[in-house]
Amino acid sequence: MHKVVIPIGPQHPALKEPESFSVTLSGEKIMKFSARLGYNHRGIEKACEERTYIQDVYLTERICGICSHSHSTCFVQAVEEIGAIAVPKRALYIRTLVGELERVHSHLLWLGVAGHEVGFDTLLMYTWRDREIVMDILAMLTGNRVNYGINTIGGVRRDMSPEQGKDILKAMDTLEERTKYYIQVATQETTLIQRLSGVGLLSHDDALKLGAVGPTARASGVDRDVRRDDPYAAYADMKFKVITDNHNDVYGRTLVRMGELMEAYSIIRQTVKNMPDGPLTVKAPRKIPAGEAVSRYEAPRGEDMHYVKANGTEKPERVKVRAPTLANIQTVAKMLENRQLADLPIVIAAIDPCFSCTDRLTGIRQVGKRKRNVLKWEELHEYSIKFYQEHGVDFTNLNNKLTKLLK
Amino acid sequence: MTEEEKIQQELIKKFAILDGKIRMQRSRRMYVEVSPKDFEGVFEYAVKSLGFVMLCSITGLDEGATLGFLYHIAREDGIMLNIKVSADKNNPTINTITGYFPGADIYEREVMDLLGAKVKGLSAGNRYPLSDDWPAGEYPLRKDWKKQGGV
Repeated sequence: MHKVVIPIGPQHPALKEPESFSVTLSGEKIMKFSARLGYNHRGIEKACEERTYIQDVYLTERICGICSHSHSTCFVQAVEEIGAIAVPKRALYIRTLVGELERVHSHLLWLGVAGHEVGFDTLLMYTWRDREIVMDILAMLTGNRVNYGINTIGGVRRDMSPEQGKDILKAMDTLEERTKYYIQVATQETTLIQRLSGVGLLSHDDALKLGAVGPTARASGVDRDVRRDDPYAAYADMKFKVITDNHNDVYGRTLVRMGELMEAYSIIRQTVKNMPDGPLTVKAPRKIPAGEAVSRYEAPRGEDMHYVKANGTEKPERVKVRAPTLANIQTVAKMLENRQLADLPIVIAAIDPCFSCTDRLTGIRQVGKRKRNVLKWEELHEYSIKFYQEHGVDFTNLNNKLTKLLK
Repeated sequence: MTEEEKIQQELIKKFAILDGKIRMQRSRRMYVEVSPKDFEGVFEYAVKSLGFVMLCSITGLDEGATLGFLYHIAREDGIMLNIKVSADKNNPTINTITGYFPGADIYEREVMDLLGAKVKGLSAGNRYPLSDDWPAGEYPLRKDWKKQGGV
C-alpha cells in the first residue's frame, strides 16, 4: 500500500502543547513515528547560570506548571547537598506533603485527559471536579494553585497549622472515596477496559532498554521508584507500596496511576499525623562552596533529575535538568509500531507528557520584530476582552449583571 | 562493607588506574573521572557487570579549554555512578553510547546542540532542542557564548 506521511504539530488541535510528530502510515497503520521536540525551549539552564541560587529556586519552579514542586525540590536538594545544609525535619515533611498533594492533582488531571482522549468526557468532568479539592488544599497551604513557592534553600517558607492538617485529612477522605469509585469504573466498565487494553504496548525489556521512568515504566513491570530506591525528603520515614502492573499497556498505566493515588493519600496522612515540631528553615549562605551534586526526585511523571555544579560564588556554574518526559517520549515510537492511527492521541497522553518540562525554555517575541513584548496583567485582560469582542462575543452585559448581583 | 565500597573495589580491581580516583560524596552517589581512552571500558564494565542498568542523563559542561561530559548511570538499588570524560574544546568528540542505551540518543543530541559536541556513531535524526534556523556554530551553553538581540 502507498505510504503517507502525516505531520502532526507543532500547532495541532489534538495537541495540548507544541511538539511535532511525523507519522508514516500504510493505510491506517503506523509504520514509523518520529518526534521533533524543542518548541518550548526557553533556555532555563543558561538563565540559571546568570542568576543567584535563590532566584533559581523560583526559576526552576517555573520549568513546569504541573510538577513545579518537583523541579524546585530537586534543585534545592542538590544545592543543599553541595552546601552541606542540614534541612530541619519539619521542612522535609512539608516538602513531602506538598509533593504528594502535587502527585494527586497531577494524576487526577491525567485521568481526566485520558478520559477525554478516548471519548469518555464524563470521566474528565468528574475527575477535574474532584481535582479542585486538592487544588484548594494546595492554595490553602501555600497560597497558590500552581508554583507553590514553598521551597527555599535550607527549608520551606510556610508552615502547616493544626487546623490546616485537619482540613487536609478531611479532604483525603473525600478524595479516597472518589478514587475508589474511579478504580471501580476502570476495572468494571467494559468500554473503557476494551478501549485501553492492548493499546500502546511496551514490553518489560523495551521499557528497560529505552529508559522509561515513572508510571510508564511501572506499568511494564519495572519495579523502580526513586522515593523508595533513593529516598529524599521524608520518604525514608513513610510506609508506602510501589505500584507496578504487568499489563504493559495504557490500561496498566491507568491502574498504576490510580494505585499511586491511593498510596499518595496514605503518605499525606502520615506526614500530617507525624509532622515533627521544630524550625522550618536554617539559614543558608548566599555563596555556595565549589562542588557538584546530582539530585533525583520521583515526580508524578517519573524520575526528575537535576545536576548542579557550584563554583563558590552566589551563582551556579551549571544547572542541568532531565525531566521525566524526555526519558519517556522515546518509548512512544515503540508503543505505536504497527498500531492504528486512532490510538495515537491516547498513547501519547498515556505517558502524561509535559513538553514544557522537557524543553525548558521565557519571553514573548513579536514575529518579524526583534523586540520582546511582555504584557501586564491589565493589558492581557483588556486584550482578551477586545479579542472576544472582535470575534462577536461580548460579555459586557453579563459582567455588569454579575457585578450588580455581587453587590 | 557497603555496596558502594564493593563497587569501588570491583572497579579498582578491574582498572588499577582508578585507584584513589573514585569519590563517594554521600551514600548512593559515586563520582569518577576517566580519560577518553579508558572511558568505553569503564562504562561497559559498569553497565554490564556492576548492574548500572539505567541511564539518567548526560550532562555537558564547559570547563574552559575542555568540554566535560558527565554520564549519570544508576542501579536498581538507587546507587548512582557519575562517570566524567573530557574532550578538547576545539574538537570535542565523544563516542555514542546508544549501543548500550538506545534512549541516550536525545541526550547526545542535546549536548551537540547546546555545547557543540561531536558524537561519533550517532545516526542521523532531528536536532534537539534548538530550532532548525538556529545559526551554525552558536552553542548557547558555552561560557563564552553571548546573547544576541532578540534571542
